[in-house]
Amino acid sequence: MQKPMGKPHKPTVAVVKFASCDGCQLTLLNCEEELLALADRIEFAHFAEASSDLRPGPYDLAIVEGSISTPKDLHRIVELRAQSKKLITIGACATAGGVQALRNFADYEEFKKAVYASPEMIESLAESSPIAQHVQVDFELRGCPVDKHQLIEVVLAMGSGRRPKTSTECVCQPCKRRGTVCVVVAQKKACLGPVTQAGCGAICPAYDRGCYACFGPASQTNMQALSEGLLLNQMSNTQAAMFLQSFHPASPEFQGESRRLEESPRRLWQLQPPSRS
Amino acid sequence: MSQPRSIRVPILTRVEGEGALNIRLCGSRIEQIELNIYEPPRFFEALLRGRPIEDVADITSRICGICPIAYQVTAVQALETILGIRIPEPIAALRRLVYCAEWIESHVLHIHLLHAPDFFDCHSGIELARKFPDQVKRGLKLKQLGNRILEVLGGRAIHPINIAIGGFYRLPKTSQLTDLIPELQKALQESIDAARWLGNLPFPDFTAPYHYVSLIDADRYPIESGRVAIGPDQTIGLEIFETHFQEFQVPHSTALQSKFLGTDGASTEYFVGPMARLYHNQERLGPQAKRLADELRFDARRCNPYQSILARAIEVVHAFEEALRIVQALQDGRLGGLAPRVSSEPHAGIGMSATEAPRGLIFHRYQIDDVGNVVFAKIVPPTSQNQARIEADLRLLLEQIHRDSDPSIALACERLVRCYDPCISCSTHFLKVNIQRE
Repeated sequence: MQKPMGKPHKPTVAVVKFASCDGCQLTLLNCEEELLALADRIEFAHFAEASSDLRPGPYDLAIVEGSISTPKDLHRIVELRAQSKKLITIGACATAGGVQALRNFADYEEFKKAVYASPEMIESLAESSPIAQHVQVDFELRGCPVDKHQLIEVVLAMGSGRRPKTSTECVCQPCKRRGTVCVVVAQKKACLGPVTQAGCGAICPAYDRGCYACFGPASQTNMQALSEGLLLNQMSNTQAAMFLQSFHPASPEFQGESRRLEESPRRLWQLQPPSRS
Repeated sequence: MSQPRSIRVPILTRVEGEGALNIRLCGSRIEQIELNIYEPPRFFEALLRGRPIEDVADITSRICGICPIAYQVTAVQALETILGIRIPEPIAALRRLVYCAEWIESHVLHIHLLHAPDFFDCHSGIELARKFPDQVKRGLKLKQLGNRILEVLGGRAIHPINIAIGGFYRLPKTSQLTDLIPELQKALQESIDAARWLGNLPFPDFTAPYHYVSLIDADRYPIESGRVAIGPDQTIGLEIFETHFQEFQVPHSTALQSKFLGTDGASTEYFVGPMARLYHNQERLGPQAKRLADELRFDARRCNPYQSILARAIEVVHAFEEALRIVQALQDGRLGGLAPRVSSEPHAGIGMSATEAPRGLIFHRYQIDDVGNVVFAKIVPPTSQNQARIEADLRLLLEQIHRDSDPSIALACERLVRCYDPCISCSTHFLKVNIQRE
């Protein structure tokens, strides 16, 4: 395509993937008509899932999906950072290691043997880690997957140099606004809503199930109160630890609390469980 | 042209996930052709062990953001066989409906944004939209409706949260479904127009000896159940799936490859996906999809992988017909008063399930213990099954084009690989084209 001349500079954007399911960058493609409008305002200079026209850096903005889990990716992320004025991460893998960081809690060598007949051929790291552990990150957008509207807001804000407006409250607040009857109170369901970052639209309680924290920890959490007040009255320490170790297992909040629960010899919550009537 | 040359194309694009293609040519001799999948392994089968069975659908969906329903439905069905759960008919219909929605969003995405640009020499769907704004916008609208059905039934389009063992966490209101009818009727017509737009594409002349494998589901087009067709008149049950389809590891890929082991002991590459489904089931398509397939003179026996774009377009029409049929049947209010899921007590056992993901047959097997925790998991996704076949096809293509320039070889190889709609995130992952000439 011919580039129109004399128009203002469109910010150049690279969308780059590490260990992930592709779902977060798919969210960009799911913007459908908004995607075409977005493409008028920013220049996708490197977006391998969408375009075979891959241009080298430097870029105004790098959008990173996925976690760091191989020696090669350790180098790639450092190179990408050097090429990018701003770098943001999208999704649970990039901001908290993703579901694949469950291996951080396990015997990695045994994991390799369980999946591959010749584990020695597999080049990967014992831990899956968030991008911010390796390079400076200018903004982290949470979610597994990220929310489409938040993603558009972040991309446009970063492209024009302002701070993105995204919610920092916990899932309980949008859940109340949505008018959902609390699944903890009414159905005695285990729910991580009180410690989970909003942004999904509080979907799970609206579908009669507890939140499983796919948007990661909220900005201010009281993890201990959650496990002792809400989880341990209906599950064991091990089960509660596992509930917290799902899609953001490498986030300090969930990792810390799940380790604390696992290391406790017995149930922490010693009072009578609330009546189920 | 016999001078030693080394060519490197950095990344295979417009596929999901990351990998490379390594080609070594010596004159006209192809010394090596490897689909080098280097996507980081994520060890799903290992990390599922010890988790409660309720987590399996949520965790396996994270294997792939494009086809999460395939993972969720296959997983819960496998677990339901262990628990002896039989799903009531209206809930089974909703499962099929949400699966149709995934076919729609996945196929329409691949057709318009990933595959069609190759036929018009565009780098991307965005560029294609500048040449064919109406056609691409029509595609995006069809995709949007697929996503909307996923949102109604699944809570959201990517990694839906509503698929549960025994049914759903919550059933939709009948009115939420009937509201979809006018849009589905319109989309069905538009999907037929979209397929006609693709009908006259200049398909390269290429055929390969395909061993097509797909499910066959009595008189229905196969989606979420069926027996495995391994030959023109031969099907097998899932209990011997692993006897005939064996996974093995190759040094150049973090995705396990898979081959078909015949009764005579010979092993061959095989091919799963829309072309395979149509090969075994074209007569089972919905009436409009079937008429369209005839009108386009689509014939999977031609074994031309470039025509997979037509196979997908025909299946999109079928998925809209099927979605409309299901929604219309549920109008009578039979969902009312139904429990969203069948409950059960855990007990130890082994269960498996195979369904048709957008990219082809997917197989899951789980073993669980008495308290309902996973002991063992095995997941065979479509793209890893197609890997060996893709390599064999690239070899055939290279025999025809090895005299071409390196950039044109790289482009042709990349285009051929895209025909399979490889999902490397699923298979573990994909693509760089490295060509070495000696």
